[in-house]
Amino acid sequence: MFGKLSLEAIPYHEPIIMVTAAVIGIVGAAVVGLITYYRKWGYLWSEWITSIDHKKLGIMYFLVALVMLIRGFADAIMMRSQQAIAAGGAEGYLPPEHYDQIFSAHGVIMIFFVAMPMVIGLMNLVVPLQIGARDVAFPFMNNLSFWLFAAGVILVNVSLVVGEFAKTGWLAYAPLSETAYSPGVGVDYWIWALQISGIGTTLTGINFFVTILKMRTKGMKLFRMPIFTWTALCTNVLIIASFPILTATIALLTLDRYLGMHFFTNDLGGNQMMYVNMIWAWGHPEVYILILPAFGVFSEVIATFSKKRLFGYNTMVWATVAITILSFMVWLHHFFTMGAGANVNAFFGIATMIIAIPTGVKIFNWLFTMYRGRVQFTSPVLWTIGFIITFTLGGMTGVMLAVPGANFVLHNSLFVIAHFHNVIIGGVVFGMMAGYAYWFPKAFGFKLDEKWGKRSFWCWLIGFYMAFMPLYVLSFYGAMRRMQSYENTSWQPLMIVAWVGAVIILLGILCTVIQLIVSIRDREKNADVTGDPWDARTLEWAVSSPPPYYNFAHLPEVNSIDHFWEMKKQEGFAAQAPTQYHDVHMPKNTAAGPIMGIISIVFGFALIWHIWWLAALSAAGMFVTFLMRIFNDDIDYHVPAAEVERIEREHHKRLEMQA
Amino acid sequence: MSGSHNAPGGASHGSVKSYVAGLILSIVLTVIPFGVVMSGGFSTSTTVVTIVIMAVLQVLVQLVMFMHLDTKSEDGWNFNAIIFAGIILVLIVGGSIWIMHNLMLNMM
Amino acid sequence: MATDTLTNHSAHAPEHEHHDTGAIKVFGFWVYLMSDLIIFGSLFAAYAVLSPNTAGGPTPEEIFELPFVLVETFLLLFSSFTYGMAVLAMNDDRAEQVRNWLVITFLLGAGFVGMEIYEFHNLVVEGFGPDRSAFLSSFFTLVGTHGTHVTFGLIWILVMIFQVSTKGLTDVTRPRIMCLSLFWHFLDIVWICVFTIVYLMGVL
Repeated sequence: MFGKLSLEAIPYHEPIIMVTAAVIGIVGAAVVGLITYYRKWGYLWSEWITSIDHKKLGIMYFLVALVMLIRGFADAIMMRSQQAIAAGGAEGYLPPEHYDQIFSAHGVIMIFFVAMPMVIGLMNLVVPLQIGARDVAFPFMNNLSFWLFAAGVILVNVSLVVGEFAKTGWLAYAPLSETAYSPGVGVDYWIWALQISGIGTTLTGINFFVTILKMRTKGMKLFRMPIFTWTALCTNVLIIASFPILTATIALLTLDRYLGMHFFTNDLGGNQMMYVNMIWAWGHPEVYILILPAFGVFSEVIATFSKKRLFGYNTMVWATVAITILSFMVWLHHFFTMGAGANVNAFFGIATMIIAIPTGVKIFNWLFTMYRGRVQFTSPVLWTIGFIITFTLGGMTGVMLAVPGANFVLHNSLFVIAHFHNVIIGGVVFGMMAGYAYWFPKAFGFKLDEKWGKRSFWCWLIGFYMAFMPLYVLSFYGAMRRMQSYENTSWQPLMIVAWVGAVIILLGILCTVIQLIVSIRDREKNADVTGDPWDARTLEWAVSSPPPYYNFAHLPEVNSIDHFWEMKKQEGFAAQAPTQYHDVHMPKNTAAGPIMGIISIVFGFALIWHIWWLAALSAAGMFVTFLMRIFNDDIDYHVPAAEVERIEREHHKRLEMQA
Repeated sequence: MSGSHNAPGGASHGSVKSYVAGLILSIVLTVIPFGVVMSGGFSTSTTVVTIVIMAVLQVLVQLVMFMHLDTKSEDGWNFNAIIFAGIILVLIVGGSIWIMHNLMLNMM
Repeated sequence: MATDTLTNHSAHAPEHEHHDTGAIKVFGFWVYLMSDLIIFGSLFAAYAVLSPNTAGGPTPEEIFELPFVLVETFLLLFSSFTYGMAVLAMNDDRAEQVRNWLVITFLLGAGFVGMEIYEFHNLVVEGFGPDRSAFLSSFFTLVGTHGTHVTFGLIWILVMIFQVSTKGLTDVTRPRIMCLSLFWHFLDIVWICVFTIVYLMGVL
């Protein structure tokens, strides 16, 4: 009746897990209690859970990402602690079967449930505003995408207390991930968390691709779009083209595990190398999905805070397009050592080095933008400068790894770990922190506290170098990745330095938490009344902060890059008063998305534990919910012109009081 | 929308004649490869080349005559999208076959 | 800042803000089909790599029956044609004709799926199911995924028959019929690749 599920699935004998579960339970109960006490369930349901508003979905994505950063980072500091003590025969405090789940969960959470939602969250919040649209092309699908992502988050968190997680590493290579070697539920949690949230991501890709191509306001030709929107466009192309490969590959592993097929098994003709090949054909474009939006953030930030047009707009666009196409031609560099031979390795090695060139073009464009600008060293700019230095170093170690001969020495060593953290932290994390600080006032109507923002930056910068430079050094002494313990005690001092670096990063995260609390406390003082707190250049700054739910009372008409900036320079721009308003056509909120999302959690859980009747029932439930949506005609409405006028006049009154 | 002769999407919608022509071409392009293979009368390499060409032609026939793919609709983005998807397909499928073939030679 | 001052004229008709939502839906569906194309591409790649691995089990020429596949192919091909007729009827605002052509399409498509289930069933009872070898795993998965897509299409056709009968041809039902048209033709195009690469090349 309950498949493989029994009370033994709860790891009572693991103190770390039980304490964590208790803490989550208490905090969760407190949150639920507070919401109930302040009678906010109705508000939450109608304003957030059922919302199809891209701005709210963006905020929710980013919020969930920040929460998951805590879990992903907890994994990290546990690993650093273990490696700081488990030297020369000492076993540390994490036995291998526990340690293996931690490094697997760390990778999965950081990539799929921290970095991806930050990127998607920023795209959600910003892109429709930047192109002068009222919402995305498919608002219901946008809501559904978020709840499918949330389902993946919940499944991965449930795995902590009910059952176990995969012990295979974040990509679950076969044959280790096959039933013969991973008979437990860990790999199945991996499968369904990724498959369900992956569908959501693919739908997001389609949604934003169509939005950017079809919903741009009048006059916004492609080559007048902000660079962040360009990078979003290319990112979504990457999503549409690469996520289906992940879907197919995970599906084949699922068929092996659930129906006894032989795609990647050891026997009856399976080929494990095909798994590695296919998963990386997705995996390489994935890292560009993460980094391109970060590049877009830096372009916006550096132009705004240098008070200068971005240098080399056209080459920025072409470099981004080049990276998009090239990212499909390099994936073998993740398995040079698997044995494809010199010809294949040479092709992919050279292609990998070529892809560094357009990135170099971008770096020079950012530097030339700053040159002779009046640079304001706000925290987004600090993140940007930290990125330029750190990412360049990380990129260079990437070019080193791209040399197949060198790769044979460095594959699976700490060098690889150091390299990808170098580019992901220096690139993606710094970019997301910059974007968070830059667009926070647009989302919430007040700026983040600068002092704590800068403290967070310095902690992250110093902490990163302390945590990862030792790993480069250790790799040359032969240290490999994913070590639960190691014999050579001479490695231990550097491992301890790395642990200190992780602690400093922890302080950085704490600074961000404190920053949020302080900023909320000081929100009146830091209020963004005009909607344009940075004196910026692109259309999202032309509306109030936060924007009205319909974004623009009148869709703007654009005739250049940085149209908003150009208009501001014109005489009498601010003084012009609005004249006429019209009805605005808006989509209605929907319960179908959250309901399908919740049912998908049950579906995934049922499949993981082999509760077949429940899986069938929940699949039927999702189908019925979808049908109900299909047959629902009441999905949009018109905001009366008088209502639009009322909201706009309130905003203008505040502007006048400010002036 | 009602009474209009343009389907949503601005695509040209064809006529009974074009669908019938597409059907007949597809039938021919199906019967030939099946016939060539089932008769067994040609060398393997000739057969393979023939059936691949017939398949490519039939795919194009159906794309143009059934799906009305052209370079104009949606400002050319329909066409761009399928060309890009086609390039990715060639890279992924072709690349995988090349890689796996070499892996098989060296490692199996 | 007042966004309306970003425009050059103060009053413009709401139509200026109206995007052709039907066309946008159809374009979005086309983009989704491109992602579906990549899923099939991955399955074709897996088939290409794994089909030689018969592991002592049956080889393609031992289990494929080309006359049977030819009949399946014609069923699907004709169903693609009859769907085209449905779309022409939609453009001529003839809802009853749309419904009739959809019914015929459904029957042809159901025939195709029925034949495929029959083929799969026979293989499984002979002990040649997808768990017998990597070749059979990749065969059942590639062909079965296509068949599953066709089955979803059949369900969709039923929904559209119902919606056209009850709501007629509206701004909501027309784009859906167009999207289903793209889906249905796309599946016939994928089938061309399936019968060529799997069945025809399999017996050579």
